[in-house]
Amino acid sequence: MTRNVLEASGIFAGYSPELPILHGVDLNVGQGEVVTIIGPNGAGKSTFIKAIAGLVTVTAGNVQLNGRNITHIRSHRLAASGVGFVPQNGNIFTTLSIHENLVLGAISLRSKPARQRIAEIYRQYPVLQERQFEKAGILSGGQRQILAVARALLTHPRLMLLDEPTAGLSPKAAAELFSVVRSLVDSGSSVLMVEQNARAALRVSDRGYVLAEGRNHADGTAAALLDDNDIRHIFLGMPQQYADHHIAGQNGERDHYNPRESN
Amino acid sequence: MLLQHIADGVLSGAVVALGAIGLSFAMKILRFANFSHSELLTWGAYFALVFLGFTTAFSDFFGGNIGPLSFGWPLLIAMVLSAVATSVLALVLHALVFEKLGRGAGHMTMVFASFGIALLLRHVVVLIWGPNPIYYSNELQFAVLLPGNVRVMPDQVFLLGLTIVLVVSLHLFMTRSRAGIAMRGVSENPDLARVSGVNVDNVVRWVWVIGASMAAIAGVLYGLTVQLRPELGFGLILPLFAAAILGGAGSMYGAVIGGLVVGLSENLSVMIIPTTYKPAVPFLLILLILYFRPDGLFGERR
Repeated sequence: MTRNVLEASGIFAGYSPELPILHGVDLNVGQGEVVTIIGPNGAGKSTFIKAIAGLVTVTAGNVQLNGRNITHIRSHRLAASGVGFVPQNGNIFTTLSIHENLVLGAISLRSKPARQRIAEIYRQYPVLQERQFEKAGILSGGQRQILAVARALLTHPRLMLLDEPTAGLSPKAAAELFSVVRSLVDSGSSVLMVEQNARAALRVSDRGYVLAEGRNHADGTAAALLDDNDIRHIFLGMPQQYADHHIAGQNGERDHYNPRESN
Repeated sequence: MLLQHIADGVLSGAVVALGAIGLSFAMKILRFANFSHSELLTWGAYFALVFLGFTTAFSDFFGGNIGPLSFGWPLLIAMVLSAVATSVLALVLHALVFEKLGRGAGHMTMVFASFGIALLLRHVVVLIWGPNPIYYSNELQFAVLLPGNVRVMPDQVFLLGLTIVLVVSLHLFMTRSRAGIAMRGVSENPDLARVSGVNVDNVVRWVWVIGASMAAIAGVLYGLTVQLRPELGFGLILPLFAAAILGGAGSMYGAVIGGLVVGLSENLSVMIIPTTYKPAVPFLLILLILYFRPDGLFGERR
């Protein structure tokens, strides 16, 4: 059985203690897994990931990272504890250069190891090295996300938290980013991702969780969620007609639904 | 005459620039307009007076005045000690008032708290040192004649030189050191800095230390070229805010240029308006900046 990197149980959290957004959410991420949280707007997906990152107060429940309790850890200690976080908005420092963004990402390391890690990141993502002295604010959407992921990777995180990593990206840039997500697992990280582009995210994931109104609604392997008729209809944005049509075909087949048929 | 006003403007602008750097950082990183910042200039100047009492006891060891300046090493050492003492004072104020209020209070509460702190600090100065002007040195200093018939005191040339050295040093700190880059990161996006591993609380303390040190040095330089009095900082509050707002919150270069613009405007204004109205010039500048460019020259557009 896969060892769990992250174990979150009974999480209550929100921006105000009187109005919790999460109501007892349970979620695990195993070693080397990509896990995606899906659900409608307002389900508490981003709140959950921010609660793990320490940016939203957890009022009840328990979060363990490799068996260590990190429920109320201060955010700045999270990177050193082995968690990398890429927020949805404002995930790079636009007024700093690309190199300075990486220096900040490696700030919890000592100077020499930080320099070595930045050099490794430059080898991994040559586009960042080529433009290292330019202001990060002039990068394209896809390049910004690459920089954001690279910044979070500097501390060799055992768990990467990605909040809507493909939001606002072109389909090509989104596909490139999903391939980066898979490569994170190859480099030894586990990934917990919140994504609006649920179908595409589940295709690169091992498992998924469905949240609704701040509670666990369903969970299972990504393939099982993609094939679940109700989940496809309610949470993956496919009409029931398409769901019925698709379920009759082979699993993993390319979508061949014609929207006109649903009228 | 014009050149003389320009020279005076640059020299007075240098003091304003030093004081405005800390205020500008506070506006951006601490996220409130700290009206007690100008009182740190006063306390810096008076702390130096206290330390000068100790360091002059060793004047035989340090020797006399440095070249044509009206002071020697004892005042320079007192100025460094004063920067340390003013930083401690600022950290105490932060821990006792602003840090506690910042956890739940709104922006206006912080601003009004800073008003209260400013009043308290000013009146404690009166209580300890009295209301009358005091001088670091009673020596008379003669102006040096520069090309263009411009007259400046050697102390004023020192003031300008030290300001340039401090600004260049601060620039190197902000761009080359990890602490400086962290400070700029917190200034732009505190949450992202936090999850990147930056201890934001420590960065905030650094902001107080840098701001207070600059304010203390500005206070000493002002006291050196003018005089020490309890209203020293209060008299500079409008020029400081005008410089910080003109430059844009959080921009060190903006604060320096803002300081110079304020100094030049004040000194050049006396060519067309009576000297009595000179203190109104920074106020007019603030109004113009807020109307035409509310984010300042180097501030981020909102």
